[in-house]
Amino acid sequence: MTFDWQWDYTFQILPVLLGAAVNTVIATVVGYTLALIIGVFFLVGQRTPYRILNRAVREIVEFIRTTPLLAQVFFVFYVAPDYGILLSPWTSGMIALGVHYGAYLSEVYRGALYTIPRQQWEACRALNLSATRTYVGVILPQALPPSMPGINNYFVGCFKDTPILATITVYELLNAANVLGQTTYRFLEPYTLAGLLFLTLSLISAAILKIVDRRIRRALGADIYKE
Amino acid sequence: MSYIQFLSAHSSFILTGILVTLKIYSISMVLGTIGAFVIAFLCMSRNPVISGLAIAYVEVIRGTPLLIQLFWLFYVLPLFGVYLQDNFTGVLALVASLSAWGSVVIRGAIDSIPRGQWEACVALNLHPIRRMQRIILPQAILVLFPMWGNLLVEYLKHSSLISLIGITDVMYQLKTIQYNTFKSAESFGTALLIYYSISRFCLTPVFRQLEKSWARHLGIVQ
Repeated sequence: MTFDWQWDYTFQILPVLLGAAVNTVIATVVGYTLALIIGVFFLVGQRTPYRILNRAVREIVEFIRTTPLLAQVFFVFYVAPDYGILLSPWTSGMIALGVHYGAYLSEVYRGALYTIPRQQWEACRALNLSATRTYVGVILPQALPPSMPGINNYFVGCFKDTPILATITVYELLNAANVLGQTTYRFLEPYTLAGLLFLTLSLISAAILKIVDRRIRRALGADIYKE
Repeated sequence: MSYIQFLSAHSSFILTGILVTLKIYSISMVLGTIGAFVIAFLCMSRNPVISGLAIAYVEVIRGTPLLIQLFWLFYVLPLFGVYLQDNFTGVLALVASLSAWGSVVIRGAIDSIPRGQWEACVALNLHPIRRMQRIILPQAILVLFPMWGNLLVEYLKHSSLISLIGITDVMYQLKTIQYNTFKSAESFGTALLIYYSISRFCLTPVFRQLEKSWARHLGIVQ
């Protein structure tokens, strides 16, 4: 085999890969939305009045953060059917991504909550605000801007971890490239194109997220930019 | 069959898998750390061509998934006439990735050194190499240790991906065991536990200790 880039083949497979890229984006968005919600549960689980529960949740988060996503994906996909729960590749992939990044995001949330001065909590208590109003009205608007960079980074990270779902036959970019390579025995173009698509999409999403970040900061009146 | 029986029945496979993982991981982390310092210094070079190329390399590696890089190296390198053993492909992918991601961390650590330190070096007329070696790097490394510990934990996790190109690491062995025995919970649970124990009980404490002893070496009491 020698190195020869075939342009006609490239243009032939480009639509297939672009279609698969849409699946990748869907997987990222769904998985990450799930992660944003699961992260809140992990955070709340560490801030209960029960010390044992807090420690247990803390250790679970540590466990999820230090184990490979690949093993977690396999675990969800292959173990659930043993207990009578039949999960499709997509469902188990989304669960694995959601739990994995949920653990990371709970750390981001935790870090952001630490940036809120104690006095803010005390003031809420002095004003007799309910827990909901304390969080929604006072704490979250202040905690959101410092957590935005972390949330954005992990979004791009999540996007770049979706190829792992190809191992459980989720049809996304890498899987599409694999199938193309195995049917035509040409691996150069599919993998290179898949890599380029990932590169452009992650650069674009990083740029979009930067704008969103700035918008949110401005909307919340926290426009203190460190340049 | 209990879990103990499962472990004893497959212990030899699991142990060889752990050894392969540790071997490939440690080699690529050492090489990757060296590579990261090289790339970081190249990125800070005054020559725009060198720094431009280094930054482009970092951006390309950081913008693409490690799994795609791995498959690309595995399938496409032979087209350039480079035939590598699978293990080397795995090491190469991990080293290439760590040098790019690590260089960003190193540059961040160097940037975190206060301006006054740099100005003092200029005032003392220290040579740039001497300035790096004696003043900036020792302080940057102290900042670097905890971040590097986190990064290496990330890469221990990433190293499981090499099983997908047929390297017989611990993930590969346990996947094979699962394939043969259909004991999914036991096999993948073991894999999770092994990765967790390595990072929780080896990597993290070692880096905490390293950070402490480096601080003592610099005469900083924390």
